[in-house]
Amino acid sequence: MSKTVSIITENFGKYDPSSIDSYLSIGGFSAVKKALAMSSGEIIEMTKKAAVKGRGGAAYDTGRKWAQAASVKGDEKVVICNADEGEPCTFKDRSIISKDPFRLLEGMIIAGYTVGAKNGYIYLREEYRHLKPLLLNAIQESKEKGYLGDNILGSGLSFHIHLYSGAGAYVCGEGSTLIESIEGKSGRPRIKPPFIKECGLFQLPTLVNNVETLAIAAAFIQHGVEEYLSHGTPDSPGTKIISLAGNVKNPGAYEIPFGLTLREIIYDIGGGIPDGHELKLFQLGGASGKVGDASILDTPYTYEALAKQGLVVGSGGILVVDDRTRVIDFVKSVQDFFIHESCGKCTPCREGNRQIAKIIDRFVDGDQRQDDLQTAERFANIMKNCAFCGLGETAQSTLLSAINHFPEEFGLEVAASEKH
Amino acid sequence: MKNIKIKIDNIDLVVPEGTTILEAAKKVNINIPHLCYHPDQAIKANCRLCVVEVAGSKKLTASCSSYVFEGMDVQTNTKKVRDMQKGILELILANHDQDCLKCLRNGNCELQALCQRFNISKTNLEDTVDALPLDNTNPSLVRDSAKCVKCNRCVDACQKGQEVHVLTHSHRSIHYNIAPAYEMPLEETFCVFCGQCAAVCPVGAIVEKDDTAKVWDAIYDSDKHVIVQVAPAVRVALGDAFNLPKGSIVTGQMVAALRRLGFNHIFDTNFTADLTILEEGNELIKRVTEGGTLPMITSCSPGWINFIEGRYDHLLDHLSTCKSPQQMFGALSKSYYAEKAGIDPKKIYTVSIMPCTAKKYEANRPEMVTNGVQEIDAVLTTRELARMIQSAGIDFTGLEEDQFDNPFGIGTGAGAIFGATGGVMEAALRTAYEVITGKGLPSLNFTEVRGLEGIKESTVHIDGLDLKVAVAHGLGNAKVLLKQIDKGESPYHFIEVMACPGGCIGGGGQPIKSTMDVKQKRIDAIYQIDADLPLRKSHKNPDVMKLYDEYLGEPLGHKSHELLHTHYHSRGMKYNFGELTK
Amino acid sequence: MNSTKPNGFGVLTSDLVLKIDGIIQTYESNSTRLVGILLDIQDIVPKQYIPREVASYVSEKMNIPLSKVYDVISFYAALSDVPRADYVIQLCDSVVCKVTGNTILRDAITELLGIKEQEATADGKYWLEYTPCFGACDISPAMRINGKVFGHLTTQDSVKAALDLYK
Repeated sequence: MSKTVSIITENFGKYDPSSIDSYLSIGGFSAVKKALAMSSGEIIEMTKKAAVKGRGGAAYDTGRKWAQAASVKGDEKVVICNADEGEPCTFKDRSIISKDPFRLLEGMIIAGYTVGAKNGYIYLREEYRHLKPLLLNAIQESKEKGYLGDNILGSGLSFHIHLYSGAGAYVCGEGSTLIESIEGKSGRPRIKPPFIKECGLFQLPTLVNNVETLAIAAAFIQHGVEEYLSHGTPDSPGTKIISLAGNVKNPGAYEIPFGLTLREIIYDIGGGIPDGHELKLFQLGGASGKVGDASILDTPYTYEALAKQGLVVGSGGILVVDDRTRVIDFVKSVQDFFIHESCGKCTPCREGNRQIAKIIDRFVDGDQRQDDLQTAERFANIMKNCAFCGLGETAQSTLLSAINHFPEEFGLEVAASEKH
Repeated sequence: MKNIKIKIDNIDLVVPEGTTILEAAKKVNINIPHLCYHPDQAIKANCRLCVVEVAGSKKLTASCSSYVFEGMDVQTNTKKVRDMQKGILELILANHDQDCLKCLRNGNCELQALCQRFNISKTNLEDTVDALPLDNTNPSLVRDSAKCVKCNRCVDACQKGQEVHVLTHSHRSIHYNIAPAYEMPLEETFCVFCGQCAAVCPVGAIVEKDDTAKVWDAIYDSDKHVIVQVAPAVRVALGDAFNLPKGSIVTGQMVAALRRLGFNHIFDTNFTADLTILEEGNELIKRVTEGGTLPMITSCSPGWINFIEGRYDHLLDHLSTCKSPQQMFGALSKSYYAEKAGIDPKKIYTVSIMPCTAKKYEANRPEMVTNGVQEIDAVLTTRELARMIQSAGIDFTGLEEDQFDNPFGIGTGAGAIFGATGGVMEAALRTAYEVITGKGLPSLNFTEVRGLEGIKESTVHIDGLDLKVAVAHGLGNAKVLLKQIDKGESPYHFIEVMACPGGCIGGGGQPIKSTMDVKQKRIDAIYQIDADLPLRKSHKNPDVMKLYDEYLGEPLGHKSHELLHTHYHSRGMKYNFGELTK
Repeated sequence: MNSTKPNGFGVLTSDLVLKIDGIIQTYESNSTRLVGILLDIQDIVPKQYIPREVASYVSEKMNIPLSKVYDVISFYAALSDVPRADYVIQLCDSVVCKVTGNTILRDAITELLGIKEQEATADGKYWLEYTPCFGACDISPAMRINGKVFGHLTTQDSVKAALDLYK
């Protein structure tokens, strides 16, 4: 596993995650101490230097986001840690929470201090409820030792962390929907404007960050950005925890430097496809991500190189599918996912998913009608353009990219030179 | 307020900051298609029909929820936009009961209008109407999920508008639906049947229960003597259905149309409105002078009665025991009228035309019985009357005016204003003042209780008594006053509550598209009727005087109590959890 | 005439009401905590669901309209308005587990327990539901039983071993 690194994951296995004393013994909470000795502006400068794109998938520059959040006027601000991790084939946040919960809390405290928030909320997906006691304990012990609460370490900073539970809804991973859930309602996304950064949780200015983003912040505050920046590429500096799964010998959450190729990830780290099977396709970024095939395996895993191929880093999920799965069955299981997860409130997503699912079912059974493909593409485009939120917009990404990469599986005849 | 320069469809215009694209487009005569948008409600942005192209944006933009910015360049009718809009309509249609000919909203439906606009009908999408069972077990409303477009207008009306909180969106994805909790039929919920949901539904998913067939049958039945009474709020709204200007006063034509439909006699509910004032005014005086339960609250709005009987059943003593004008009329029709006309009450079929869906529920109450027969045999909403007139082929606008019949044909201005919020209060004050002081009022206009403000207050000085009154319309506002009473903090002697915003002129049975603008016009018309009438005080109604002389005796007398007063009871829908925690 | 009284109190007993009160109190009756409160209440209601009487009790106790409580119950996949069982088995039916082959796992449950999706065993002990990805992709094929994750379920024996912990 020499291709993996350990900056974000450096504490994994090095301490007992249920004990703050164990964490302190390896230098824990030194990031918070360092941050409290810096100004908000200095921290923002460091974060901008680290150029960390939001790790939930939206990839918005964290330094810029923190700068915006800090500049919003208001005494009552809120930081939310998005631990909803609902994207299929994504379990990196689970690793961080289960193996290094205190670092996550440090990241939240630092974010709160930087933007001027007094309260932090962790929204933990229900499927990780077995990690709730661990997190609650970490919060409690941190309070007892003075790292949370009023007047943290005598600095005058007040920061409290509250743990809220999700209840099985992927759409609650979206910022405004998550906020609706913490407010005790069903998860239907909010109209924007107003934007969350001005009017979010309880109508307060709100900063939402992914678990991994917050963990990285704690890491480079603790050690400085230089080591972090020594990895990766000039355009995509640093490291990322990927979630590699599917038909690979060694599925798992691995921290890699940006710039490794997909081939290296799947075959070196992942150990390749088991039982002598061949790679059929891979999906990057979870169910809302597009698919790629073996022809682009040498693409470096960076935001830019992937974008050139029409792909995204997204949540960092890398799903490997071999020749045992038909493309159409793969597309169907993605469609099933979105039928289950759509919130249902807007026409294009609710009805578009309903109709496209029927068409895909016909393809699966082999009795598709002549105009079915055209109809599916038409309504997939309507969803992409007119849906209320990102779920509806990206639900058909897989279908559209599958049609593009594997036209023959949809009954389209394509000259060999055209196929990409 | 900053002014913003934008371009819509290559037309330059300037609008104030904070204007949405949809609103801005209206100013240059462009109607961007929409379904979930309603001018009196919060923006929902869920139908996505109102999408437009905004230069600089890759995706389409929902115009109802996007605000203008300096230099914004909008295109509302590009090929891309129209293709998307057509596609969205096709999606809606595929999950919509397309048997329009059977639907009550046929010809008066926003979805039909949009499909016509884009020339859309059945498409190549698989029709898959995924609906909950029909909910038609209550007397007032019918909910047909197969027609629901999930715009959420009814949810807004029920939750934000009326604060009754019965209708909600629930489940998700393809199971997303609008229904009460646990998909209970309305009859098993705290629904008050005010029909505000039906009033805003763009399609036929929530409609009034249609009783026109019943009424036609009665009219055809030679054995039955069919009489009809018409509420004050109908005559300023019926014209909507015949394309007359909103708020037109069509009393004469309305009576003429009813005559042509075949009713034996046509009476004016304004008469019993006056009668209600006599009874209720005296009841108030009695409570104030003899220490009865105060504040006393009016009882003519059945949506309101359903509300207090459901949620605040410990405060029922505050209600006036007077029946509503509809029911007072019904009671008289089966007693006084039957005797006077020499007809067996069993053969009298009393119909009322009401702006209200809850009146159907009220008419059905087991206690609303006189001489062994139901006081009111059928209630038709304004919408149903309009359909009957159209169905009979009557050219409404061409009719010569006709007049109400005796002995229930005279209504004073006080009775007429019952249709507007504050009207009952003003009518009561006109009479209470003169009855208590014995003097004439300097001005009959109690303007402090008029208008569309949610809660209005006034203090009237009557011979040393400072009578404090309040008027609420919309159940959310009624709740505020009830909570005050609960806390023992209510400063009022007398409160008027109308369930529907605007009062009866905004009732759930009025013509569709009754926005706040339209309601204001109807209110203006009501006060115009009042101002133009020679008699404007209930106690001066000669036929009401005659009724007391000939038959009732005196207000609050024995006969009055028997016929014109009622009692209330809890709807019994609450779990009595107290029993479990004893 | 509308006089439908609710029939008795269903699953609510004085005992259960006390426990529910305790849960609501732990969260200080904060209406924003509704989702978490309902999850905790569901854990202690026999057959792990939220029937109408329980929702009505929460509605009244916390002063939240019943319609809002029901919107939350019906929206979230982890909350059920229909009775399930003492042990709720959740099989991941998402892309990853499908691709790694969860048919053995699915068939094992059907064979060992005789139930299909959205069904309970006759003795009311086990309930089966298919759920989307719960983040156990690296140990796929996986299932949860009452929230505990079991992975690497590639043989019927491994499935049986997990089920045997819940007798």
